[in-house]
Amino acid sequence: EVTLCVAKLVEPYQREMGENGDIGMPKRTVFVTVGTTCFDALVRAVDTQEVKQELSRKGYTHLLIQMGRGSYIPTKPTAAGNVWDNLWLIWDSRRILAAVLEQQGKPANMLEQQDTSPLGGDCLDALRAASLSERTCLEVCPGFDTGAGVDCVARSGGEDGTLAVDYFTFSSSIADHLKSASLVVSHAGSGSIFETLRLGKPLIVVVNEDLMDNHQSELAEELAERKHLFYARPQTLLQTITDMNLESIVPYPPADATPVAKLINMFLGFQDD
Amino acid sequence: MVVEDLIIAITITAIVIRILYVVHRSSKPLSIPTPQPISTLIVLGSGGHTAEMLNLVSLLQKDRFTPRFYIAASTDNMSAGEVTEPAQFMQIYRSREILCNGPGTCIPLCVAGFLFKVVGIQWSSIFYVESIARVRRISLSGLLLYKLCIADQFFVQWSQLQRKYPNAHSVGCLM
Repeated sequence: EVTLCVAKLVEPYQREMGENGDIGMPKRTVFVTVGTTCFDALVRAVDTQEVKQELSRKGYTHLLIQMGRGSYIPTKPTAAGNVWDNLWLIWDSRRILAAVLEQQGKPANMLEQQDTSPLGGDCLDALRAASLSERTCLEVCPGFDTGAGVDCVARSGGEDGTLAVDYFTFSSSIADHLKSASLVVSHAGSGSIFETLRLGKPLIVVVNEDLMDNHQSELAEELAERKHLFYARPQTLLQTITDMNLESIVPYPPADATPVAKLINMFLGFQDD
Repeated sequence: MVVEDLIIAITITAIVIRILYVVHRSSKPLSIPTPQPISTLIVLGSGGHTAEMLNLVSLLQKDRFTPRFYIAASTDNMSAGEVTEPAQFMQIYRSREILCNGPGTCIPLCVAGFLFKVVGIQWSSIFYVESIARVRRISLSGLLLYKLCIADQFFVQWSQLQRKYPNAHSVGCLM
């Protein structure tokens, strides 16, 4: 009963976040997918501070990782989705806010006087959307009313060097994640590669060097040579992101199965029309 | 003893000649004045292989290539979900056309199809399309079907491979 009640309290915020996580600035998601494999080296590489900072510098706001069978769990600045974490967040921000107010010599009960009930709901969402720590937000915008909070998040989202990070193991809606992504970082499986290229999304393919028979790299290398995608190894991912120039990408031409169909028809004696 | 040896020798020679004839005949296009619809066996692999194959199948004239039978490995749950046309999943060896693109599961089917040709039960044309993932090196299944001349027509998607395997047809990307 308690859990249910808590869920009801937090749910509206979560829903709001899901629908318009963009709050004031366009949401640009980097979607990382390892397919059905275990590719911890990639998840680890993406999860480094350097890579996240570089992505943030390039204007990406969200990082979504599909980690497959991997055992390495990416670090999340704030844990969205867990009701207990959210509860903690609400409580903690109230505490921090009170401390800041006190420091500024303002009455601590200013909180109660302000019409922020439940406390800073909107602002908390904004915080989580940009995955700033509450402290950062307070530092950047001491006013910390709901409107200013949202504003400050929008302004500092890119500079702070933090992306909103989320992850999951498997999902039946990979296609949707690909569609809503601004950049895709994928393992070298051909299915994943072509699905992304078809959608015309910028793609970095990271080859898993731990695989025994690594014929997969052939395809990625060939397509990288034709400038349809960027090719990286886990160790070179940071460099690839730093150097990548989205302008240089050549769109992948539509596939054409007619030559095969024609040859098969001819071979079988069908007259082609 | 001599007679027995002779019989064995003649039998082996006959089989070899029959195999060579089948291989030779397979490499030539069929010459049928008015072609009838062809029962087609489509071997699905997994993930990428399946997508490539379905891409190709979608372009084949449905009235010519009918009925179509699909075979998928029982461990491959994905394939069955992706087939959109009402084809029956069953093992059928009496197809006149076998279409496959790579995963190891197609080897026994192609060998069976080939043996049916040798024995004279059913003539079929075997088409093999190498996966798009193979740019420089051919897959083991592909190599076997190519070297043993089991595939009547051998398609590759990258010209680099065609240079290595001159009997293959380079047909461009199917994905």
